[in-house]
Amino acid sequence: MNGDGALDRLRREGRIVVVGASLAGLRAAETLREKGFTGSLTMIGDEPHEPYDRPPLSKQVLLGAATADGTALPRRRALDATWRLGVRATGLDMAARRVRLADGDEVPYDRLLIATGVRARPWPREEEAGLDGVFVLRTLDDAAALGRRLAEGPRRVFVIGAGFTGSEIASACRERGLAVTVAERGAAPLVGALGGVVGAVAAELQREHGVDLRCGVMVTALEGDASGRVRAAHLSDGSTVETDVVVVSLGATRNTEWLAGSGLGAGPRGIACDAGCRAFDIRGIVTDDIYVAGDVARSPHPLFGYQFLSLEHWGNAVCQAEIAAHNMLSESADRLPHMWVPAFWSAQFGVNIKSVGVPSMGTEILVSQGSLMDRRFVGVYGYQGRVIGAVAFDHARWLPFYQELIETTAPFPPAFPMVGRSPGGQRPVDADFPDPSVPTHGPTVTLSGYSPADRRMTFTPAH
Amino acid sequence: MTQSPLHQILDHANRPDPYPIYAELRKTPVHHEADGPYVISTYHEIRSLLHDPRLSSDVRHLASAAHDPLAESGQEEQTVLPPSFLRLDPPEHDRLRRMANRPFGPPHSPHTVDGMRQELHDIVSGLIDGIGDTGRIDLVDQFSYPFPVTVICRLLGVPREDEARFHGWADTIAASLDPDPDADPAERGKGAHDARMQLGMYLAGLIEERRKQPRDDMLSALATAEGPDGAMTTMELLSTAALLLIAGHETTVNLVTNGMLTLLRNPDVLRRLRAEPRLAVPVVEELLRFEPPVQLLPQRTPLTGIRIHGVTIPKGASVWLVLASGNRDPKRFQNPDRFDPDRRDVQHLGFGSGIHSCFGAPLARLEAQLALSELARRLENPRLLEDPPPYRQNAVLRGPRHLPIACDGIRP
Repeated sequence: MNGDGALDRLRREGRIVVVGASLAGLRAAETLREKGFTGSLTMIGDEPHEPYDRPPLSKQVLLGAATADGTALPRRRALDATWRLGVRATGLDMAARRVRLADGDEVPYDRLLIATGVRARPWPREEEAGLDGVFVLRTLDDAAALGRRLAEGPRRVFVIGAGFTGSEIASACRERGLAVTVAERGAAPLVGALGGVVGAVAAELQREHGVDLRCGVMVTALEGDASGRVRAAHLSDGSTVETDVVVVSLGATRNTEWLAGSGLGAGPRGIACDAGCRAFDIRGIVTDDIYVAGDVARSPHPLFGYQFLSLEHWGNAVCQAEIAAHNMLSESADRLPHMWVPAFWSAQFGVNIKSVGVPSMGTEILVSQGSLMDRRFVGVYGYQGRVIGAVAFDHARWLPFYQELIETTAPFPPAFPMVGRSPGGQRPVDADFPDPSVPTHGPTVTLSGYSPADRRMTFTPAH
Repeated sequence: MTQSPLHQILDHANRPDPYPIYAELRKTPVHHEADGPYVISTYHEIRSLLHDPRLSSDVRHLASAAHDPLAESGQEEQTVLPPSFLRLDPPEHDRLRRMANRPFGPPHSPHTVDGMRQELHDIVSGLIDGIGDTGRIDLVDQFSYPFPVTVICRLLGVPREDEARFHGWADTIAASLDPDPDADPAERGKGAHDARMQLGMYLAGLIEERRKQPRDDMLSALATAEGPDGAMTTMELLSTAALLLIAGHETTVNLVTNGMLTLLRNPDVLRRLRAEPRLAVPVVEELLRFEPPVQLLPQRTPLTGIRIHGVTIPKGASVWLVLASGNRDPKRFQNPDRFDPDRRDVQHLGFGSGIHSCFGAPLARLEAQLALSELARRLENPRLLEDPPPYRQNAVLRGPRHLPIACDGIRP
């Protein structure tokens, strides 16, 4: 590529295809234009909608404070793109550089950006998932449908899973005055992301706001009535909850199935890429024409032991998209690494929760400012003697400081006086993350062949 | 350069254009003069310190006030009224600010500021209508001062008729924030003390009235509030009310005046604003970067040694954060000395940052946007009569004392 004018040609008259027309796809496309790309740009999205913003879907939209179609993402600039909306990408031919679409079309590319994101993990039993009144919340259509049902005033809403989305849904329901039961397999809400110490605060918060919170239980079955409407949920502790709306909030599945057999290193945990957003193929070789950004990407982060992180964070999607777009049009020496420090926020039960770094890597937690009792605090997470993450409940304005501690691998626990530190000072305690009891769902790779020339790999995505 | 940077900042002769001094200062991001404060002038260092929980705003943590030209006012403040939340650390700061915020902003009062839009517009229109001789307008006296004063009075519920009385006190208190080299410090300290005392007594009377007969204003709301944090004590209430009244006075005046001055120096932007009032939003943001009304924060001190940019600022030292210099840091903003309302990513320090970031920011923004777009629309062919105009002494709350302009007429 170098010095032969190919890059100039790409910028001028190349073909770039973006699969995934949500936040990451849109920001990448805008950045490409901003960087002077004048070639053809094709945006492929399986939803019929133009790119929209998701955070309001589990908050304002469920409250009825915003309409689902009012969350379109603002455009930074004109894109001059060919939009292929409402059509799914079904395959990738890496050798011929073509994306196959569900309608039979094939779109050729010189550079491909994959930003297909994630989708809600559905209730595993199809028959129960299909009952009227059983919802997931990921897309605009999901939010509109759920919002309509909540507006009808159901007698009780049953939320399965108390992660961030599940908790926000419960919060919105309570704000609308609806009775809510939340069932969580872990010991407390948010426990996977923030650990048991903070989870206990979240549990108290939910109960104080009138949520019927049941922890340490699994949902064993959803039961419908004769007309196919959900009427009850059965729990592993033998209890039954009568309900007319169930929201399944069990996390997300990465949209990578369409890449099966393509040779790209794509599986249920996402698409592995290097720090410059270039996708790996299944042999662990980095591609030069396929880039990944947003929720579907997994990239190594130097600050966190080069661990491959996949982050479902708004800010990550924007930043990674911009880096990917820049790198697509750059000589190798000019490429930039994606080194965003994870940051995440949530609003629930009147509390603004924000985190930086990777709290879930932490083994210990220290409440450094404020107090757990007031539910206004900063908790710092420690990992092997360094600060690895922080979470703030109504204390977000301090977080840039903690981000600096994380970025400079500051020692844990921080040993200096701070304003708002509780008198006497609190000591670090076990952050109480659950044992990683779920077996890994990583893919399986098998090797065959003997000489380097005929050495082959077979890649089996797990589920 | 014979004068120290600190003295140059304070020297009134440099008030019209302090930016070259700041540029010089930025060569030493953490500047320390013998026996003086640590002066921080670069964007990233200021921002980082604004979020640093090791840095206290509580004057009681200052090791020695003797050499700090600004410490005087802080001590005076303690003897009359307890420190306002501006001068407190968490958790007291958080509690008082939270309580003050209940009747002012989201989540409990999301519509307070925006609900004043029509009222603000009417005040602006009235003041512009009242401009008599268009041959010589003093924008400060005729517009930029009376506007925010009327607004803060309405918001708090302070009778506008009393303005003459508290104007004097507010002026004296604001001036005490500034080390005037020509004034006798003891006399000035006494003046500020008396002014605070009288303002406190005046407000106490008002609050007593509001307790008995609450009205639809912030003083009544604060005096009668019973939220999850309980109620403010009378002394807390007085400090809070005094803070809001004074802050409502002395900052927006400068924002609007600096704004009009900048627009008159950038006629192309003024023309665009006239045609497109919505440009007021980015114009005001850029203004807060380019000519911030609060130039520096002189009230911070470390609880422990803080190492920044290779320098350890010792516990108890006085720290000055020169916001206006950070706003012109070329390491953060391209062409920082250019006024460019089309600039993207204007994360200025004009309102500070962190827990003490300007409480009144939403109101100040709206006031400045309305004022500047209306002035641009209605003044016909406005021009500066004096450039630079005469400035107030104050280096912290910097702005012109008068802004003489002329125009060909007032559009309806």
